[in-house]
Amino acid sequence: MSTKLITALTAMLPFAASAQSSLNLTQGVTEISQRVYDLHMTIFYICCVIGVIVFGAMFVSMVIHRKSKNPKPATFHENVKVEIIWTVIPFLILIGMAIPATQTLFAMEDTSEADVTVLVTGSQWKWHYKYFEHDVEYFSLLATRQDQINNRLDKGENYLLEVDRPLVIPTGKKVRFLVTSDDVIHSWWVPDFAVKKDANPGFINEAWTKVDKPGIYRGQCAELCGKDHGFMPVVVIAKEPAEYQAWISEQEAVQKQAKEEEQRLLSMSMSKDELMELGERIYLGNCAACHQPNGEGIPGVFPSLKGTNMVMNDKSGHIDIVVNGKAGTSMQAFGNQLSLRELAAVITYERNAWGNNTGDLIQAADVNQFVKE
Amino acid sequence: MSTVAGEMDHTDHHHHAPSGITRWLFTTNHKDIGSMYLWFSFIMFLVGGSMAMVIRAELFQPGLQLVDPHFFNQMTTVHGLIMVFGAVMPAFTGLANWMVPLMIGAPDMALPRMNNWSFWILPFAFAILLASLFMEGGGPAFGWTFYAPLSTTYSSDSTALFVFSVHIMGISSIMGAINVIVTIMNMRAPGMTYMKMPLFVWTWFITAFLLIAVMPVLAGAVTMVLTDKYFGTSFFDAAGGGDPVLFQHIFWFFGHPEVYIMILPSFGIISAIIPAFSRKRLFGYSSMVYATAAIAGLSFIVWAHHMFTTGMPVAAEIFFMYATMLISVPTGVKVFNWVATMWRGSITFETPMLFALAFVILFTIGGFSGLMLAITPVDFQYHDTYFVVAHFHYVLVSGAIFSIMAAAYYWLPKWTGHMYDETLAKWHFWCSLISVNLLFFPMHFAGLAGMPRRIPDYSLQFADINQIVSIGGFAFGLSQLIFLWVVIKCARGGEKAPAKPWEGAEGLEWTVPSPAPYHTFETPPEVK
Repeated sequence: MSTKLITALTAMLPFAASAQSSLNLTQGVTEISQRVYDLHMTIFYICCVIGVIVFGAMFVSMVIHRKSKNPKPATFHENVKVEIIWTVIPFLILIGMAIPATQTLFAMEDTSEADVTVLVTGSQWKWHYKYFEHDVEYFSLLATRQDQINNRLDKGENYLLEVDRPLVIPTGKKVRFLVTSDDVIHSWWVPDFAVKKDANPGFINEAWTKVDKPGIYRGQCAELCGKDHGFMPVVVIAKEPAEYQAWISEQEAVQKQAKEEEQRLLSMSMSKDELMELGERIYLGNCAACHQPNGEGIPGVFPSLKGTNMVMNDKSGHIDIVVNGKAGTSMQAFGNQLSLRELAAVITYERNAWGNNTGDLIQAADVNQFVKE
Repeated sequence: MSTVAGEMDHTDHHHHAPSGITRWLFTTNHKDIGSMYLWFSFIMFLVGGSMAMVIRAELFQPGLQLVDPHFFNQMTTVHGLIMVFGAVMPAFTGLANWMVPLMIGAPDMALPRMNNWSFWILPFAFAILLASLFMEGGGPAFGWTFYAPLSTTYSSDSTALFVFSVHIMGISSIMGAINVIVTIMNMRAPGMTYMKMPLFVWTWFITAFLLIAVMPVLAGAVTMVLTDKYFGTSFFDAAGGGDPVLFQHIFWFFGHPEVYIMILPSFGIISAIIPAFSRKRLFGYSSMVYATAAIAGLSFIVWAHHMFTTGMPVAAEIFFMYATMLISVPTGVKVFNWVATMWRGSITFETPMLFALAFVILFTIGGFSGLMLAITPVDFQYHDTYFVVAHFHYVLVSGAIFSIMAAAYYWLPKWTGHMYDETLAKWHFWCSLISVNLLFFPMHFAGLAGMPRRIPDYSLQFADINQIVSIGGFAFGLSQLIFLWVVIKCARGGEKAPAKPWEGAEGLEWTVPSPAPYHTFETPPEVK
C-alpha cells in the first residue's frame, strides 16, 4: 500500500515541478539563482499581505458602508497620526527588503577570480562564443527548422530553444562571461543562472555563474534586436569538469585541423553541383533571414540579390561584401563565420540561383584573396 | 453671405460661434478643443488597439501564421507610440481643456489661440507616423523606446518620418502644458487659493511641469537619432566615440517622468470621483498634494531602473534601486487615502465609481509588480519579459485608461446635457474588467516562466498562456465598442441631466447648467 503511494507520488513529482516552473520564476541551478528566487518570493508575499489588507478594507467598506446600509456618511477627512503611520510602516518594510536585495546584488556583481572566461558576442541573429584559455571559438545558431516555424512541420519539444552548437561550461567552476555585440544591442539571458546581461556594441559587460548541476539550460535573447529577435536562443550545457576538459581538448584539435584543411583546400576546386548544394544549405542557414529564401530581400530594409548589378556583374565586389561585410549596415562580415569552402559555395549559389545564372564558379582560392588577416 | 452674417454677428456679440467645419478648425473655445482632443484620442485608442489585435492574433498560437516578424515589430512599435502619445496623453489634455477652466472658475484657457494650434498639429503628427507604415521598408520597427543603434544604423528610412512626427507631438504637448500652467496660475476665481484647488487641477498642474521638463529631452533624443542616422554624427556609436547606452540614459530621463505624466492626472480624477460617490470629503487633501509632488520629484532620479541589465556600476544600481523603492511610499499614501475616503462613507456604485474602484485595485496590483521590478537582483530575471509587459499594462490600461473612462462617465452629463445609459455603461464596465484581467494577468506568469517581450513566436511551453491572453485581448477590444455606443447615444439624447447629477459631487463645474453653456464664468464666481 505504502509502496504504491510512494510510487504514485514519485511519478507525480516531475509533473509538479514542471507545473510550478511553467507559472513561476525558476529556482535555477546556482546559488545566486536560488537567492534571487527567494527574494522574488519574499517580495511577492509582502505584496500579497499588503494587498489583502488594503483590498480587504476596500471590500469591507464597499459592503458595510454602501448607501443602503449607511445612509449618513461620516465627516472625518484628516488624521495626521494615521497618515504618519502609513508613511512610516511602508518605509520600514522597504528597508527590510533592501538589505537582502543589496547583499545579493553585491554577490552577483563580483566577477573576480573566475576559473573560465568566455567572450560572448551577439550579432543579428546569433551568438558567438570564444574561450579565453583555449583556442576554441564558434557561432551558435537557431537549430529549429524554418518549416516548423511556418507550421509545415510539427514543432519539436525544444521549438525555438535549440541551437546547432551550444555553449559548454564546466560545473563547480566560476565561469565569467564577457558580453559584447557586433551590431545592435542584444541581451544574453539564461534564466536558470539568473544571468541577463546586455550585449552593447563597442563595450564589454561582465557576468558570472557557477553551476552545480550538469544539464542543458536554455534561454533567449532578451533585448529587441531587429527582425529575428525571437529566433536567437541561448543553450548552455554544463558538464562535469573532466568531461568538459575532454570536450574542450577535442574542440581545440578539431578546430586546428579545420584550419589546416582550409589551407589544403586552397589548391582544390569543387564542381558546380557540390558548390550549389553546399551553397544552398549555407544560404538558408546564414543569409535567408535577411535576403529571404527567394533572394528578393525586403524592399527598403534588406536588398535583393536577384538580378542585381553586384551579383550579376561585380564578382570581386560580391566576394568582398560577403567576406568583409559593409560597415554601417546590417551586412555582417562572414569571413570569420564560414570556412573558405562555405564562402565559395554560398557566393556561387547566389550567383546562379533564382535565375541569376551567371555561370560563375567561385573557389576557395578566389575567396582567400579577400580575407584580411 | 453666411460669412458676412457670421462676421456681423461676430462684431455684435463677440462670443458667437461660427458654424460648420470652420467652427472646429478655428475654434479657440476650451470646450470645443477639449471635445476634439477627446474624440481624437478615442480614435487613436481604436487604431492603436487594432494593432494590438494584430499582435495578439499572431501570438494566439506558436509558429508564424499571419504576419512576418518585421511587420510584427512595426505593430508593437506603433501600437506603443500611438497609445502613449495618441491615446492617453491627448485624452488627459482633452480632460484638462474641458475641466480645468470649469473647476477653477475661469472663462477659458489662458492662451486660446495656442490651444487651437496645439490640438490641430496632432492629427498631422499621427498621419505622418501612420503613413510611414506604408513606406518601402515599413514603419518604425525598433520598439517605442527606439534604442540606438537599432533605430539609427539598422533602421529603415521611415525613421526620418518617425522623428518628425515625435517632434510635432512634443511641440503639441509642451504648448498644452504651458497653457495649463498659465491658466492655473493666473485665472483662478477670487478666493480659489492653491490649496483649495480640486486635486484634478493640482495633479495636472504638476504634470504640466513634468511635460515642460522632459519633452525637450525627448526632442533631443530623436534629433540625435536623426543626425546619427543621416548626418554622420556618432552620439550613440562607439566606433565614433559615442555610446549606445547614453541613448538609454537620455530616453529614460524623459521616459520615466513620462510614465507619471500618464498617471498623475488619473490620481486627480480618482480623487474627484471616490469622494463624490462616497458622499464624503477626500481624506488627507494636503497629503495628496504633497504625495503627488513627491512622486513627480522622485520621477527624475529613478530613470536607470529601466536599464539595470545594461551594465552599470554597482553603486549606481543600488542608488536607483533605493530611489525606485521610495516611490512606493507616496503612492501608498494615495491609495490609503482613497480607502480612508470610502471608509464610513455612504457609497453608491454608478459606473464612474465602478471604474474608479477598479482603478484603485488594479493600479495597486501594477504598483506591486513595480515594487518587485525595483529590486535590482530580481529585475535581472524580470527585465524585458512579459512580466514587465503585464506590469505596465496594469498601470496604463487598468490604471490610466480606466481613470479616463471613469472621468468620461463622470462628466458626460456635464458635457452633453444628458445622462448616459447606465445599463449599457455597466455592461461596458464588467466586460472591460473581466477581459482586462484575462488579458494582462496571465502575462505575469508568461514572464516569470521566461517569455521575452517583443517576440513574434515563442516556445511551446507558453502556448496555453498566450491563447488565454489573446482571447482576453479580443474581448477587451470589442468591449470598447460598447463605450463608443454609450457615448454616441448620450451625445444624441437621453434623460436631461441636472446641473449636478451626482448627489455627492463637489466643485464649481457643477454650479453651471448641463450641458455647460458655450461660455461659462464670464463673471468669475466667488470661492469661499
